[in-house]
Amino acid sequence: MQATSGRSARPARPLSPHLQIYKLIPNMVMSIVHRITGVALYFGSLLLAWWLIAAAVGADYYNYVLSWFGTWFGKLVLLGYTWALMHHMIGGIRHFIWDTGAGYDLKVVDLLCWGTLALSLTLTVLIWLAVGLGGA
Amino acid sequence: MSMRTPLKSVRYLGSAKEGADHFWKQRVTAVANLFLGIFLVWLIASLVGADHATVKQKLANPLIALALLALIISGTTHMRLGMQTIIEDYVHGEVPKIVALLLNTFFAAFVALASIFSILKLSFGA
Repeated sequence: MQATSGRSARPARPLSPHLQIYKLIPNMVMSIVHRITGVALYFGSLLLAWWLIAAAVGADYYNYVLSWFGTWFGKLVLLGYTWALMHHMIGGIRHFIWDTGAGYDLKVVDLLCWGTLALSLTLTVLIWLAVGLGGA
Repeated sequence: MSMRTPLKSVRYLGSAKEGADHFWKQRVTAVANLFLGIFLVWLIASLVGADHATVKQKLANPLIALALLALIISGTTHMRLGMQTIIEDYVHGEVPKIVALLLNTFFAAFVALASIFSILKLSFGA
């Protein structure tokens, strides 16, 4: 009679794909970050819509919205938005390369992934430097 | 509980007739977003610190308004498709999934319509 009870009382075995023993590799991290930056841009689209609405409503409301963008928190969000946009954009180019069937050599994969991060950070800094030097 | 496999229960019902539509639209809008995203960065960078009259005048420029409209349409389509994939990946219950997919479509439509209306008002309004 012991044989029948075995089915209902299963020992708590780890489920596939054993996420806790996966070693983090650049490709995996960049894949996750691509998705996260995509979600950030999804909700960040509200900022662009808000800016356009403010411009359409009038000068007073536009200045009010810009005063929010101008706070340290607003600037932090906009800085994050810039990086998310750059990272998702460069990551998209990486995926275009992979869509053609090229760039699957492991060393090239690592290079593309680290390159995505390096380029997105560089472009973010360059954009904010350019805006900081040009405007204000 | 049914003893049938999930495959058995859907076999011979026919395909969704969508094929690679989702995949292809995601790629087409991605190509468009690449160029329109660069345009957006340029546009915003050129308007930082500008007063409302300047911003209004620039956004009312036909070429800029057209590019912005293209960005809004391509961008909201792309983000709706992307979020749909994420929902389908992580939300497994049938009811929560349908609700999430509906909210996703409504959110994308709201952002698109609010932005498009604002751009058109800046172009045609007084």
